[in-house]
Amino acid sequence: MKPKDMPQDGPRPIVNESGIAIKPLYSAADVEASGGTAMIGLPGEYPFTRGIHPLMYRKQPWTMRQYTGFGNAADTNKRFHYLIANGQTGLNVAFDLPTQCGLDSDDPQAEGEIGRVGMAVDTLRDFEVAFEGVDLDRITVSLTINGAAAILIAMYLAMAEKRGYDLAKLRGTAQNDILKEFVGRGTWIYPVEPSIRLVGDTIEYCAKHAPKYSPVSVCGYHIRESGADPAQEMAYAFCIAQAYADDVIRRGLPVDEFAGRLSFNFNCFGNIFEQVAKFRAGRSLWAKIMKEKYGATKPGSMWMRMIAGGGGGGLTFEQPELNIVRGAYYALICALAGTQTMALCCFDEAYTIPSEYAQRISLRTMQLLIEEMGLAETVDPLAGSYYVETLTNQMRGRMEAIMSEVDAQGGIVKLIAEGAIQARVSSQAYQRQREIEEGRFRKVGVNCYRTEEKTPEMEFHPYRDDDARAQIQSLSKVRAERDPARVRAALARVQADARSGANLIPAIVEAVKAYASVGEISAVLVGVYGRYSEPVRF
Amino acid sequence: MNQNNGAGARKPIRVVLAKPGLDGHDQGAKVVARALMEAGFEVIYTGLRQTPEAIARIALDEDADVVALSSMAGSHLPICRKLAPLLQQAGLADKLWIIGGNLPAQDHDALRALGFRGIFPSSSRLGDIVNFIRTNAS
Repeated sequence: MKPKDMPQDGPRPIVNESGIAIKPLYSAADVEASGGTAMIGLPGEYPFTRGIHPLMYRKQPWTMRQYTGFGNAADTNKRFHYLIANGQTGLNVAFDLPTQCGLDSDDPQAEGEIGRVGMAVDTLRDFEVAFEGVDLDRITVSLTINGAAAILIAMYLAMAEKRGYDLAKLRGTAQNDILKEFVGRGTWIYPVEPSIRLVGDTIEYCAKHAPKYSPVSVCGYHIRESGADPAQEMAYAFCIAQAYADDVIRRGLPVDEFAGRLSFNFNCFGNIFEQVAKFRAGRSLWAKIMKEKYGATKPGSMWMRMIAGGGGGGLTFEQPELNIVRGAYYALICALAGTQTMALCCFDEAYTIPSEYAQRISLRTMQLLIEEMGLAETVDPLAGSYYVETLTNQMRGRMEAIMSEVDAQGGIVKLIAEGAIQARVSSQAYQRQREIEEGRFRKVGVNCYRTEEKTPEMEFHPYRDDDARAQIQSLSKVRAERDPARVRAALARVQADARSGANLIPAIVEAVKAYASVGEISAVLVGVYGRYSEPVRF
Repeated sequence: MNQNNGAGARKPIRVVLAKPGLDGHDQGAKVVARALMEAGFEVIYTGLRQTPEAIARIALDEDADVVALSSMAGSHLPICRKLAPLLQQAGLADKLWIIGGNLPAQDHDALRALGFRGIFPSSSRLGDIVNFIRTNAS
């Protein structure tokens, strides 16, 4: 519809999730009014709006890295090999909740949770089994671990070293974003301050000993799942990334020595154009922050490297087969937005941890985009669209405003420690749920286009008590076989270093090499730091 | 228990809303907590990682009319098997026990057999939860 054909009172007003009014038509004048074209630039050049590399997927398609892990290390190893055989190019490891919370499988609190939502890890032995036969040079591994990240990163490095890999060249990623765990997801262990220090320890240690390893993947993803809008998602993630950077800079490490290994994990459900604009805007804003505020000089320090492809909040329990279609659009968004890595959500994940079948569909969806749809041929194909460029400018403006507001309120660490961010996003989640139930926010199959047809049968992931017992037995066996004096000495050093404030990673590496368990190491740290106590605010 | 306080107003229904086990996904629990508060109930939200023992104790201490659980990570059956006898021992068998979250249909009968009268899987409406409590809590 041309503007002159519009009715007098105009079309129905539309505001996107980030609060930006959407016009029916955009022109060059809108791009100018929103800030012009100065921030567009070229891919591979500051401010990287169009992508961090000049050729992007033309040189190398995104890494395909489905989130996987369940049962014990041997089960997980089998699934890893299945995915690699199907063309997956990275691994993204899910851990069970006891592991994520720093508990051993024989802890009473672990009962009923062992191996349920991810692989159970007690000692280095589990890592040795899980990654058997996986070429760690060819397949990069991402560990979805946060509260217990320092221990599992140490375990990964120790496992790789034992297998003869050179740590100076070893690639891989750990999620290791504890601040977002306090906002959503909830696998915290220690109080806020020592938790941040542990993240700083891993960044500092990797900068010196494993410089190609990405020790942190800052997650807007879970903040969005907890109720944040897309602009808040990215703005809060940038505030959190800066909190970690500040901790490391306070130790005297120059920004260019670690910033290149910081990475991000974002959500992608919602309006296609708002999402693409979010990623383009975020890339230029992060580059600007690193360059202007932190004085970074290496281009790599300014890159917003990212993984995306998930969007649990967009998937529905109703008509779950529609989630395959949603997933295809999420993958399209991520490809149009220039992500480095994709972990595409699976259609059955509103019900269960994804089946092999569902994972293969997600993997094939990404392969389709590359092989049949031309998504890996041309860099940043939406650039120059009046709408997308205007929205990119506007999204950047929204993110900057949100970040200024956080600073004015005392900073992200204070706001999270007080529960203020949690209260804000949870209030938004409630409003959204009301809007869905009242039909004001449309979800196909939920509040419109419902069907009375029976939901297709889901293949539920099995949980076997026998497996849990086997995991506990295998932990007992490791405990019986290891050198107890070496374990005691290593744990004593962890305790001493935690008390003195020394970087803890060397002591933790020594402890995992002695086959000290996740629970044992974590208990020592809880003894020094205490446990986080959750501020429950509404 | 709802009692007439003599002024014609009823004592609000007290709901202890708990996150049992190690599951950290609390968005749903917090959304439900807000809906229940808006409906005029008194809500005591426990926060994450509550053991069955702690939930039974809080429910008793808080004089709960309703014990509500939110479970997203699949461990609802082992947790409810431990919690049900503890609630009974605490003398809370006559209270309304409900559970919501990621609860496959194949587990609903087992949850009912344990004493959970209201089962609200992921796609449930807030209004249905509120109405169920209003009708069944006494």
